[in-house]
Amino acid sequence: MEYMFVIAGEEYPAPAPGEPGFQEYLQPWLDYAKRLMDGGHWISGASLAPSATATTVRKAFGAEPAVVDGPFMETKEQLGGYYVVRAADLDEALELAAAIPIPAGTVEVRPLGYRPDAER
Amino acid sequence: MREQGGHVLALLAARFDDVDLADDCVQDALVQAVETWTAQGIPANPPGWLYTVAHNRAVDRLRRAAAAERRLRAAAPQLIPSPLDPDEEREELVVDEREVGDEQLRLMLLCCHPALDRDTQVALTLRLVGGLTTAEIASAYLVPEPTLAQRIVRAKRKIRAAGIPLRVPARLEERVGALLSVLLLIFNEGYLSRGGHADAVRVDLADAAIGLTERTLRLLPGHPEVEGLLALQLYHRARMSGRLDAAGDLVLLERQDRTAWDGALIARANTLLARALDRNVPGPCQVQAFIASLHANAPTAADTDWPAIAHAYTRLAELAPSPVVTLNRAVAIAMADGPRAGLAVLDGAGGLERYHLWHAARAELLARAGEPERAREGFERALRLTSNPAEQRHLRGRIRELSPRT
Repeated sequence: MEYMFVIAGEEYPAPAPGEPGFQEYLQPWLDYAKRLMDGGHWISGASLAPSATATTVRKAFGAEPAVVDGPFMETKEQLGGYYVVRAADLDEALELAAAIPIPAGTVEVRPLGYRPDAER
Repeated sequence: MREQGGHVLALLAARFDDVDLADDCVQDALVQAVETWTAQGIPANPPGWLYTVAHNRAVDRLRRAAAAERRLRAAAPQLIPSPLDPDEEREELVVDEREVGDEQLRLMLLCCHPALDRDTQVALTLRLVGGLTTAEIASAYLVPEPTLAQRIVRAKRKIRAAGIPLRVPARLEERVGALLSVLLLIFNEGYLSRGGHADAVRVDLADAAIGLTERTLRLLPGHPEVEGLLALQLYHRARMSGRLDAAGDLVLLERQDRTAWDGALIARANTLLARALDRNVPGPCQVQAFIASLHANAPTAADTDWPAIAHAYTRLAELAPSPVVTLNRAVAIAMADGPRAGLAVLDGAGGLERYHLWHAARAELLARAGEPERAREGFERALRLTSNPAEQRHLRGRIRELSPRT
């Protein structure tokens, strides 16, 4: 089965490349990605730029799409990144999701529906 | 037939890795059984009969689904995830309790999977493992039948769509803990709501929970917490007949007629608990059973070993803290060391102001400490916070007893 992990949490400043602490910050994420790849789980994944960079396109019936500054939901918790993984079942997916190296926050685990580029 | 249906369901669910399909086919087989057995008599091997009929029905359905899929594949091949193959037959399984153990356990643990909410876990366990009908569960929990049917359909859909697996999990202990919580919840619902609504067709949830716990113990022999839970349920069950008076009102433990308690059940619980405690793996069910044993084995209320009970509640508060445990601990300490000591525990516990039993327990201790005015206020506050009729009657009675005579 294939699942998406949607990671949300309070945004916190992360060190930029070259800044002190960057390597320490990055390492667990590299390790985690390696675990997904080595285990045959990896399909895709990325961190997202801060929600301050977000622009939302809102579509309503019969109206022109409206472009709005900001993320689709103004909440304390914001989307921070995602993974799309392959797992045997929900138990394995939950175990992988629990291993995501966020210090705090939530991971929503959702089975994928139809994925056009899936291998068959 | 309930238990046999459950066994067949567990086997088929494992066989086809599809709980929904298994459930539907077992229901069909049960309906057919009633018709055929009435006309032709009960077959030599009823569970085998049920299994064969349900199994054939499942294969039939999968064949039809596969045919539909072939048509769909021709029309829109990109929408087909993976082929179904109903012809991939394994050899027939014999329906025998000794062989169903693993499948049964897997089904029970699936019903209590943490990806399903508590109400759903309870409903699924009663429906798929306990073999209760949707109507019976709905009436037991006083929810409309369509609501409960919806809940079960949604759960079965999620099990399939989210890939909740039917297998023994890696973290077995954690999941057994969830199963025990569900079994205790079912028991408590049956135990506490007895008399609250006298419904003739209402199935006895307390007895259903005991049956399910007995089955769990057969699947996990020697598991101390399962033994503890079964002992706990048996102690409560033994005292159930003394809990309500002729009018259906709650009778306080200290005023119950102990000769009405079921001595055979208490003896059975004693044996189970002793065996569990001997294993030296403490857990919340065993501690609760131990507390129940101190009550059940005291010849009179005055003989109750309150210091031991207070000590056990302190241990329970460490193992499984909850508001109920806090209250019971306070009451036990009050019985052992006087009402003021109990009040100190209650007043030290924050955040329970909306909890009617906190007010009721405080009021009871205030009454014993010689403060009828404040006690009555407490009972009145408790009364405003509860909707259980038996509890309301009890609280009104206490308020009347404490009112100044005019």
